[in-house]
Amino acid sequence: MHLLVCGGTGCRASSSDAIVESLKSELAANGLENDVQVIMTGCFGFCEKGPIVKVLPDNTFYTQVKPEDAAEIVREHVVKGRKVARLLYTDPAKNEHVSDSKHMGFYRKQIRIALRNCGFINPENIDEYIARDGYQAIGKAITEMDPQQTIDIIKKSGLRGRGGGGFPTGLKWEIASKNKADQKYVVCNADEGDPGAFMDRSILEGDPHSVIEAMSICGYCIGASKGLVYIRAEYPLAIKRLKVAIDQAREYGLLGNNILGSNFSFDIELRYGAGAFVCGEETALIHSMEGLRGEPTVKPPFPAESGYLGKPTNVNNVETFANVPVIILKGADWYSSIGTEKSKGTKVFALAGKINNVGLIEVPMGITLREVIFEIGGGIKNGKKFKAVQTGGPSGGCLTEKHLDTPIDFDNLIAAGSMMGSGGMIVMDEDDCMVAVAKFYLDFTVEESCGKCSPCRIGNKRLYETLEKITKGEGTMEDLDRLRNLSQVIKDTALCGLGQTSPNPVLSTLDNFYHEYLAHVNDRKCPAGQCKSLMQYVIDPEACVGCTACARNCPVNAISGERKKPHEIDTAICIKCGACIEKCKFNAISIQ
Amino acid sequence: MTKVKSLADLKKMKETLQTKIDIREKGDASESLVQIKVAMATCGIASGAKAVMEFLMEELDKRGIQAVVTQTGCMGYCYAEPTIEVKLPGKEPVIFGYVDNKKADDIIEKYIKNGELVDGIIPTNFESIDNK
Repeated sequence: MHLLVCGGTGCRASSSDAIVESLKSELAANGLENDVQVIMTGCFGFCEKGPIVKVLPDNTFYTQVKPEDAAEIVREHVVKGRKVARLLYTDPAKNEHVSDSKHMGFYRKQIRIALRNCGFINPENIDEYIARDGYQAIGKAITEMDPQQTIDIIKKSGLRGRGGGGFPTGLKWEIASKNKADQKYVVCNADEGDPGAFMDRSILEGDPHSVIEAMSICGYCIGASKGLVYIRAEYPLAIKRLKVAIDQAREYGLLGNNILGSNFSFDIELRYGAGAFVCGEETALIHSMEGLRGEPTVKPPFPAESGYLGKPTNVNNVETFANVPVIILKGADWYSSIGTEKSKGTKVFALAGKINNVGLIEVPMGITLREVIFEIGGGIKNGKKFKAVQTGGPSGGCLTEKHLDTPIDFDNLIAAGSMMGSGGMIVMDEDDCMVAVAKFYLDFTVEESCGKCSPCRIGNKRLYETLEKITKGEGTMEDLDRLRNLSQVIKDTALCGLGQTSPNPVLSTLDNFYHEYLAHVNDRKCPAGQCKSLMQYVIDPEACVGCTACARNCPVNAISGERKKPHEIDTAICIKCGACIEKCKFNAISIQ
Repeated sequence: MTKVKSLADLKKMKETLQTKIDIREKGDASESLVQIKVAMATCGIASGAKAVMEFLMEELDKRGIQAVVTQTGCMGYCYAEPTIEVKLPGKEPVIFGYVDNKKADDIIEKYIKNGELVDGIIPTNFESIDNK
């Protein structure tokens, strides 16, 4: 028998260490220390009801356990085999005790569809993919269905583009299929560029065949015999695994001429991107593949009409493709039973930032931010207070406490002033300055703007400069109005998606954290203590004993004072490096 | 390598591969091997998964334990990399996080040899599509 005690940060904070100790001593008192083991585990992801103790092999799940409960668990459960009912998880819907964790609704919070094989199969062995129904979907499509029937399944499933835009995938395929041409192309957009996002990389590294199979299904549907994966050169492992997978698929005849004895032929090549953010935009991506500058062009014409080399081209993102084979095999009704009314299926998110369980998750659409951050994500690091979550990368916005219970889907996130984006989710706590966050994203877009249209090239630069001015404590109220007006103009007039969405981080922080902007402008203060120019290091003369430790460690000699007398910091010389605070043993130095 | 010529061929192939993997996973007396998967996506490798995988292969061999060590993609627990999944014959797979060589040694000695769990288990927190 094993007693598993949650050692996640949340449960540890509520004394799971003490629980381990008391369980061990209770077991010893009953002479069971050699028969029953107490094990500390990683986070169960159920932090709301922590600390958690799970008993194996019967899967009993005890919640909100206190060190004093150890005696009862050992005496009742371990010795007599009777479950301690008062500690069992109560299903809130049915108001019943749930004794076996396998029946807890909580574990239905994540469903892995796009990630079904990720972390499960060996990505460099096609046999493992085939054993998990791999290439059955393309087989089913070409032997049992015509292209239109296949498109209809995707349309009916409600799958929407996972790259961020959320355009219905089936409709996109249908448009490309109706355009007549001697050659068409299927393009997989693997130019994942949002800071903090790694969903597509993980799929390509963990399950490259699912993308290959889906691209050939798309090829069959739209009448294309060539596929291209546009992948950034910074993803060497994904590239390597994709190459291995393509070679293996060719060897098995699952790519190439007359696939599975049909007259459908399809093959895939790789194209490398040099890591320009704008190349995630489909027209810029196509130009880059053609060997031209990675600059967007006005749509229409859409790629479905005139794309790569002027031929009809269908561009989908990696995660969108990864969903396709399952939809073909399990059917549109199965897929559309998951998710919300207008956003079907699941979404992969890369959880990052000030969150305990940084990682890759896949959740059904309609889950709330609260469930993602506080249950699956295990809450905020170091017990700090949640402030905001950034979704949609540089094109998205910051959502706050008031959005925590909003169901996540394409339309709700837009209504809340952000967007789904490709799936980066960066969590921020009370120590993050929202003006500095907006500045960070603008710094990124200024760097990544291709420079073709002036609203993006010049406008974003001006936005960045204004934000810089505010973080230096030189901002005025007029600057705040200018930020808003200029943002609106850029949104309305920029050429492509990059420019049209780049002011979003500014607008959403202005909407949700206007008081922080005001504090910077009116009080010349940064409430989060992040903006260096607005900080002042001050020595409390009462607490200072004159030990000279600070003065000796100050790299710019800004601190002066006699031995055993209170010291002073010359703020004109101080570079705010923080060395003095680290050295002070008397907590006499503070930031104001 | 022979080419897969039809959907029927592919289905047959799936059956054989499935049984092969089943035998490997479920095992009978003669073929009961320990199965270890090491999460080897960029996040895992960056945290040292490669060294752990090499250590596991060498040590299992040295200590005379018959085991299959394979690589896999990201399991999603990036905060606890390197992560490995260990499946003992006839048992549910268990995932361990924060595995360095010392932890790997512990896992071999305690869990693989004696079935005793060690600290750092990562509880599975998702549903797969197999039972949906």
